[in-house]
Amino acid sequence: MPRPFTPKVVTANDLLEGDVIYFTAENSWTRTLSEAELITDEAIAPLRLLEAEKHNLVIVGAYLADAKEGPNGPEPTHFREEFRRTGPSNYSHGKQEAEADV
Amino acid sequence: MYKYNAFDTAFLAERNAQFRGQVERRIDGSLTEEEFRPLRLMNGLYLQLHAYMLRVAIPYGTLNPDQMRTLALLAQKWDKGYGHFTTRQNIQYNWPKLKDVPDMLDALGSVGLHAIQTSGNTIRNVTSDHFAGAAADEIKDPRPIAELIRQWSTDHPEFQFLGRKFKIAITGSPNDRAVTKAHDVGLRMIERDGVAGFEVIVGGGLGRTPMIGKVLRDFLPQEDLLPYLEAVLAVYNILGRRDNKYKARIKITVQENGIDTYREMVEEQFIQRRAEFDGTDQELLKEIETHFAAPDFRDGSTEGYDAAYGSDPVFRAWVDTNLAEHRKDDHAIVTISIKAHGQTPGDATAEQMNLMADLAEQYAYGELRISHEQNVILPHVHKSDLPAIHAALKEAGLATANVGLISDIIACPGMDYCALATARSIPVAQEIASRFDELKLEHEVGELKIKISGCINACGHHHVGHIGILGLDRAGVENYQITLGGDGTETAAVGTRTGPGFAYDEIIPAVERIIKAYLEVRETADETFLETYRRVGMAPFKAALYPDSEKKVA
Ligand code: HEM
Ligand code: SF4
Repeated sequence: MPRPFTPKVVTANDLLEGDVIYFTAENSWTRTLSEAELITDEAIAPLRLLEAEKHNLVIVGAYLADAKEGPNGPEPTHFREEFRRTGPSNYSHGKQEAEADV
Repeated sequence: MYKYNAFDTAFLAERNAQFRGQVERRIDGSLTEEEFRPLRLMNGLYLQLHAYMLRVAIPYGTLNPDQMRTLALLAQKWDKGYGHFTTRQNIQYNWPKLKDVPDMLDALGSVGLHAIQTSGNTIRNVTSDHFAGAAADEIKDPRPIAELIRQWSTDHPEFQFLGRKFKIAITGSPNDRAVTKAHDVGLRMIERDGVAGFEVIVGGGLGRTPMIGKVLRDFLPQEDLLPYLEAVLAVYNILGRRDNKYKARIKITVQENGIDTYREMVEEQFIQRRAEFDGTDQELLKEIETHFAAPDFRDGSTEGYDAAYGSDPVFRAWVDTNLAEHRKDDHAIVTISIKAHGQTPGDATAEQMNLMADLAEQYAYGELRISHEQNVILPHVHKSDLPAIHAALKEAGLATANVGLISDIIACPGMDYCALATARSIPVAQEIASRFDELKLEHEVGELKIKISGCINACGHHHVGHIGILGLDRAGVENYQITLGGDGTETAAVGTRTGPGFAYDEIIPAVERIIKAYLEVRETADETFLETYRRVGMAPFKAALYPDSEKKVA
């Protein structure tokens, strides 16, 4: 039996800032994973990636990352994406710093 | 024909101006990322998990105070107030913005620093003994040769597109502090009939296939060094594989072709290459040597030092662990630990960098070194100045007395920063250090090198750690493999795996069990961990690590 499709989000880094960004259903970019579009259809995923790559002048290295549905939107399934959406564990830098500023 | 590259201010300014233009063109859309990526990598700019990362070379680990202050300036002005010193005698900035990088490079250029060839399939920053020029056991300061190699290799047209990165390390001492046997080429200075020359070691390396280098030439006269290196690289260009990047390093080339074939081909090439050298390089070397002349060492009484040593136990502990023998009796080599317990190994704040620059200027003849063990060194200090230095360091959180001990850990950036990582390494280092500080066992355990990498690339040298820790991703969970018995010195060895790995929350207790086993089986308090391991082998450590499986076997 083919393995069930793991839902995906399109993620990349911002060209100027270098930070982690996610692609939304409105074809824009957000810095918050929960606002990203969760792609549940295997056939759509590569098309969404191609759409995202049209923005290659302002982003770097778009790819499809595994994600799952959470109460507030997409959540990571793997620890690498957990770190990308949070920041390093040795300092409160990265996205967790931005949150602390709020 | 060999042509010397005048690596001067003009070259650097031009190169920086080119890169500024490239960044502008990337931002305005005239360059794609595919076009820009190799250009930025050539200038030390990576993209990591959360941000860009700029890697700056510290050639053979030597800095003057103004250079250190400039490193501090970069941290303060364009980063988050700190920099990360690495095992390759580089400093990395974890948070630069693309638009700022050209300004950062210009600031570096103003003090003769750069990020060229810190990436890509070129000859990388030549690393050296961090005690060079000061060590009591040294035959000769290897840095003039390292500088000669740097000038020769920088932008050398024949060696810009090698099969893979190429790392050269050089030491002037019989006690190898530069890990020469784990480099593509290692140069160990030796003396024959009163003449200094090199033992040339080739094909060492870490990464996914760790190998200890083999001797290619047991004695190479100093004046033959550049033509011989050219021959080694020319043969690598001919024989080295380009079809598979995991088989492209020279260690594989040497393994697949055999050291004897490699040697024959090098010797053949060498004859041709040597004929093309007309002695210009040796004249250049003489000129370079004048820049590395030893400082005018001052004399003076060391009474104040002796008194402080007798009366202040904190100072005494620091002296006993962080000082090394200087070639002048009344001087010492000071290692400043950038490994305060619980902190990130190798990270220094801008304030700390400025303080170290000031101390170097005031007390250490304006010299600083960065070690591959991620510490900072004041290579020449008159002993009478040690109490003042220690007091100043203490205030800045830089007086940790742990050099060579269990908390003096090498750790790569790992999953906290690195895009290639399979697990974290920094927090493992932080927790080991904190734990053994809590247990107050560190000094009792004595000399012990723990080295941690966050993936198989082995940037944290885990293969040559007495205890090596490798972080892996096992089915989506961090898992840590342990190796024992690695050694990065003249008696180099690759560590042996203990068995199955440990989960993130099991790795600290596992290290603790290894240490407890060591304390039980060592013969005397003077027998180091490595000596004990070499005497008793893996068995007692395995029993301590995997008590359940032992029971099953029994
Ligand atoms: C953060 C970005 C980094 C990246 C992308 C990176 C990448 C790599 C790769 C791919 C290798 C394997 C090369 C091979 O086996 O052919 C490697 C090896 C190595 N790197 Fe890194 N590295 C990084 C950071 C560092 C740092 C921070 C250090 C110093 C602490 C370092 C020092 C080394 C060393 C010593 C080796 C092993 C020696 C060798 O065989 O070349 N790297 N690195
Ligand atoms: S060992 Fe792996 S995780 Fe660590 S810095 Fe090197 S590439 Fe990154």
